[in-house]
Amino acid sequence: MTTTATDASEVHDAEPKAPEPTVVSPKRSSSAADLVRTYGSLVGIGILAVVLLVWAPSSLTVFRLGNLGKYCCWALAAVGIGLAWGRGGMLVLGQGVFFGLGGYAMAMHMKLEAAGPGNVPDFMQLYGDGTMPWWWEPFRSGPFTLFAIVALPAFVSFVLGYAILKRRVKGAYFAILTQALAVAFSTLLIATIKQTGGFNGLNTFTTFFGQNLYDPAVKKNLYTIVAGLLILCLLIVWQLYRSRYGELLVATRAAEERIRFLGYDPANIKLVAFVVAAVMASVGGAMFVPIAGIISPSNVGASASIMLIAGVALGGRASLLGPALGAIAVGYGQTTLSEQFPTQWTYFLGGLFIVVLLFLPFGITSLFPRLKALVSRP
Amino acid sequence: MDALTTPLLTGTATGAILLLAAVGLTLTFGQMGVINMANGEFLMAGAYATYVTQQVVSSTGISIVVAVPVAFVVAGLLGLLLEVSIIQWMYRRPLDTLLVTVGVAMVLQQLARDVFGAQGVPVSPPSWMRGSINVFGYNWPHRQLFTIVLALAALGALGALLKYSSFGRQIRATVQNRDLAETMGVSTRTVDRITFFLGSGLAGVGGVAIALISGTNPTLGTTYIIPAFLVVVAGGVGQLKGTVIAAWTVGVLTAFVTNWSSGSWAQVITFAVVVVFLQVRPQGLFIVRTRGLA
Repeated sequence: MTTTATDASEVHDAEPKAPEPTVVSPKRSSSAADLVRTYGSLVGIGILAVVLLVWAPSSLTVFRLGNLGKYCCWALAAVGIGLAWGRGGMLVLGQGVFFGLGGYAMAMHMKLEAAGPGNVPDFMQLYGDGTMPWWWEPFRSGPFTLFAIVALPAFVSFVLGYAILKRRVKGAYFAILTQALAVAFSTLLIATIKQTGGFNGLNTFTTFFGQNLYDPAVKKNLYTIVAGLLILCLLIVWQLYRSRYGELLVATRAAEERIRFLGYDPANIKLVAFVVAAVMASVGGAMFVPIAGIISPSNVGASASIMLIAGVALGGRASLLGPALGAIAVGYGQTTLSEQFPTQWTYFLGGLFIVVLLFLPFGITSLFPRLKALVSRP
Repeated sequence: MDALTTPLLTGTATGAILLLAAVGLTLTFGQMGVINMANGEFLMAGAYATYVTQQVVSSTGISIVVAVPVAFVVAGLLGLLLEVSIIQWMYRRPLDTLLVTVGVAMVLQQLARDVFGAQGVPVSPPSWMRGSINVFGYNWPHRQLFTIVLALAALGALGALLKYSSFGRQIRATVQNRDLAETMGVSTRTVDRITFFLGSGLAGVGGVAIALISGTNPTLGTTYIIPAFLVVVAGGVGQLKGTVIAAWTVGVLTAFVTNWSSGSWAQVITFAVVVVFLQVRPQGLFIVRTRGLA
């Protein structure tokens, strides 16, 4: 039993016009055109890899490279959103939470590293009585922190996703619940100033796994790591999209009921995408901390999550490279324009949502197949 | 006794505001599948309408009475404008309306910031609303009582409209089965527009209450939109009964948790309670039954 509304959303959210250039079964890729369709996006990843890993480090200043590194962190989260939303049809409005889980895990480790063995972080003496909550202690260990950056978001997203998706709560409900999670998470962080630094968040780090953060060479290495991780995640998603799982995910988005009648559990299919997306966001958040030098509730709350969505919507939610490129573009706009024109930037961002979703629901990258079709028409 | 009555009464007032904010959401979502994130900004529009009315009509006593219909119409027209300009092109993509209206909300917030300033503008309550009544030792402000009366009156009017008027029957028919309603000669396009107007207008009325209780500011909508949506999710879409119960419950729960620990824990716990509740009733408290697939 359901309302007409949810029925409608299920049938119509998968627009028939949705461009699916990469979904092609490998078995059928005999002709040249099919080869291009399958591996064309791999070429795209290759070009992006050359730009990010070869061109950018050699021609950008360390400062600009740091900025690009920040956008790459958002792009990591965006790639995950592309998987969950673009392919899986789950509008995840709370990816900032997972970005924050990874970010805060990394920040706690770096804070403890800065404080030195046996000492507590500076802000705890400033705001509190100088005692450290017990759950900070494990983050002294680097390997544990790296483990937590993957395990923590995976666990949280699994529990939440299991609770929501298994009960067949979907569509807008799912979106609202994830956004409510983001709001709750950021207000909780603001309220716990003695444990998490509150509104100011965690900042003033000195070292990253023993490396001096002020050293330009270290900064460059940090950038290389995040750019490499972005390329790696794109490759993972590329493989996911062309696998049987990827086809199942798209099929679930298009007609969940049919997938259920075919004997699959759509909840499991969606859960995998949700967890993978959460881990990608968390990795992005973890890299954001050493590069940006801060993580605060404003980086993880509802509006930060909306920013991530903006990039994905602009780039093209269902495409492979669209989410990453869109996130980099929006990140660039955010840092350069929002400082010079704060007012206009908000209008622009609001307008961007309206225009893109009204006229170009599958983003800028959906223009290319259309253009190609125009050109190749006899 | 005080530990019980205080949160119960303030929570009921919060619930009343949430109710006014959530009614528009549940109607538009239930009927059209549209998720209107800009509904919070209609609350804000109502609050600023109250402020402007007070600037024009200087007597605070009269201005509040005038402000209620003014806020209703202003917010309602904003909603209508939103429907005509944007939403009507997106009925086939309900989930996308959520993001479009996020964009609209951003624009409206910035607009309010530019017109009225980033700081809130004060709205002074009339003299008859400044006092308080003593309920079991708690001085309950008249303003909160006014909020509850306002919400109940607005809801009563809407409920009567839905139940008894022919137009209300058309709305209910459209919610239950759009295609069949159309077959019976109901102009669902007109019905959609009027529903949008009514729902947004009620949010505007909620804005009057907010202006009196906590004043106005450009980001006021964002504070209420998520709790209001949780109310819709928990109450079930497309009908009023569940929304009323869920709004009251969320309001009182928030007040109790705020009383025991803090406002931020209240948000976390409300969220957790709603997620747990959905395990029991995934479609909310009450469901408009149709013969669709589960």
